[in-house]
Amino acid sequence: MDFLNPVINGFAVVLEPSNLLYCLIGVVIGMLIGVLPGLGPAATIAILLPLTYNVEPVTAIIMLAGIFYGAQYGGTITSVLLRLPGEASSVVTVFDGYQMAKQGKAGTALGLASIGSFIGGTASIVGLTFLAPVVASFALDFGPAEYSALALLGILLVATISNGAKTKALIAAAVGLLLATVGRDIFTGESRFTFGNLELADGIDFVPIAMGIFGLGEILYNLEERHRAAKAPSKVTNVWPSRTDLTQASGAIARGSVLGFFLGILPGGGATIASMASYAMEKKRAKQPERFGKGAPEGVAGPETANNAAATSSFIPLLTLGIPANATMALMFGALLIQGVTPGPQLVEQDPGLFWGVVNSMYIGNILLLIMSLPLVGIFVKILRVRAAILAPVTALITLLGAYTINNSMFDVTLVVVFGIVGYLMKKFGFEPGPLVLAFVLGSLLESSLRRSLLVFGGDPTGFFTRPISATLLIVFVLVAVLPGIRTLLAKRTTAPSEQPITTKIKEKV
Amino acid sequence: MIQVSSSPSVPAGGGSRPAAPSGGNAPQAPGDDVLEDLTPEQLAAQWEEEKPPAAGALANAASSLVVLGVGTGALVLSVAMGLGTPAAPEPGLWPFMISCVMVVLGLFQLTVGRHNRDAEKFTRMSSAPLTGLVTLAAMVALMPAIGFELPALVLCIIWMRFLGGETWRSTLLVSAIVVAAFYGIFVLALNTSIPHLF
Repeated sequence: MDFLNPVINGFAVVLEPSNLLYCLIGVVIGMLIGVLPGLGPAATIAILLPLTYNVEPVTAIIMLAGIFYGAQYGGTITSVLLRLPGEASSVVTVFDGYQMAKQGKAGTALGLASIGSFIGGTASIVGLTFLAPVVASFALDFGPAEYSALALLGILLVATISNGAKTKALIAAAVGLLLATVGRDIFTGESRFTFGNLELADGIDFVPIAMGIFGLGEILYNLEERHRAAKAPSKVTNVWPSRTDLTQASGAIARGSVLGFFLGILPGGGATIASMASYAMEKKRAKQPERFGKGAPEGVAGPETANNAAATSSFIPLLTLGIPANATMALMFGALLIQGVTPGPQLVEQDPGLFWGVVNSMYIGNILLLIMSLPLVGIFVKILRVRAAILAPVTALITLLGAYTINNSMFDVTLVVVFGIVGYLMKKFGFEPGPLVLAFVLGSLLESSLRRSLLVFGGDPTGFFTRPISATLLIVFVLVAVLPGIRTLLAKRTTAPSEQPITTKIKEKV
Repeated sequence: MIQVSSSPSVPAGGGSRPAAPSGGNAPQAPGDDVLEDLTPEQLAAQWEEEKPPAAGALANAASSLVVLGVGTGALVLSVAMGLGTPAAPEPGLWPFMISCVMVVLGLFQLTVGRHNRDAEKFTRMSSAPLTGLVTLAAMVALMPAIGFELPALVLCIIWMRFLGGETWRSTLLVSAIVVAAFYGIFVLALNTSIPHLF
């Protein structure tokens, strides 16, 4: 039972009052931004990064994680009631959720989604509990060569699986890597790309980049985005689904949990892809697929379960390998680095309190969210009355003033505005901001492990292929680089043609 | 009347009921009922239509040229820093590798990706982010001199009234509350050193 000791100690960490409080704050914020169309979880986490400076690392990550999975719950509410997906990961919920609401079963849809989310999330935490230590112990032998290959593969996967144009996503990643080189060279101490500016001598901080590109860029972009006017939602009653509804949806929930768990681990995967895959799978499996789009409970339960399971399991690569699987995880990575914690295989051993504290906080968070989305759902429906016209300047001010408090310097605020412009223009010109931030976070790790391994190999790049793991990873890297052509062919054959327009139009809200 | 508030889809109006009477919600209401019975495919097509118009080949070429420019610049600077050999790399080697990749990708994008439809056109609506940006820049410039309160108040008023189409009454009321709340949080409660006037 030695294995379970740190797990149980993790609960002691979660149950500290301050951690419980931050968990609650996190999930409430997550729910709120999930309900409000506009800002997504990544933008919110980026904007709130300065908040985490003065708290313990475990507390900070508990809160940020709460925002992330809380948003998966909240996004459902607007999808069902208003046909406006609050988050990209709830887009497919609109199809059957809104129809159910029209048939007077809004409560049932929301109830099924919450119960599914809860089960998916919880199943995923259990999976995480058992899988993460295994992956971490496997990765303990990784040397610089393996890390270079892994980081390269991670960046490539996130760039190629993102929704936008692949070349543009790769360009964004290259810019991120280049930005990471600004400042002092870790090996020779020479200044790079600082142009004599003393403020840049230590490199660009992660927080202004994240706050600018994700936060301010998103706020500016939303200023011009056309939004459909929302009608005040009808009152939601009877959120407890009946026994028949539950039986009908139980298969979808079970399949969604498994599907979401595995798609979440995959670099570049995540909640949005998991929800779409689950919807497609349920529709394919159904005996009467024509019910889908007309209020099929499985069409709500499956995707909502899957997106929550994926949100949870995407913590596995971050906490065990130190490789973030998507843009939001890149932010968590950055938040941990700020706190002086380097996520990686040694984390489970060296800092079990943090590792298990974060993992176990998700149980508490999911219970809190279940309470908030079943009995308290009416309160969150009321939040929809807050107008975006009022929220936009408030979030912009939080970003600017928050940026100032990082180092008490106006330079950081200026950087945030500059990167805000960059982020806005990137979105306008079709460049995904996610790969940039991810590559920036991994940039210094990639460079140092690449240079270290080249030293080990005596400058011979073929040395990477003499080690089995790095060789495998690099072969996968090459495969992924040439695979997109093959994959589009496969996708054309497997997905029903009707799914095509749906998948192409969903833009990842970061 | 301000041009943005007279348009039916108010910028930044996510989930909003346009407050201004000129908000033009009325013409949308009948259309909304017709749209009630859309299939997922029709709904997706409708969303597709509501997306901002795609920019043409010129915008794609321009962004590729910017990428090429940045890549070439970084390439030159990295060579100047010294490359060294793989066994004994100098500071410029890694940036050199990245900038090579960037230049190749930029060229690829310039030629092959010319006709991609993923860039968005700048429309009349784009004046909203531009205005927002100007107010943000002005706030950054003024904050060290006159504190954050007045610039923040002006920013709130511009964003709510002119970009968001709120009524004057709610704009002034909410702006004042927001600035007071920020003062309370950042100056009184957290005691940060944010430049402030009062």
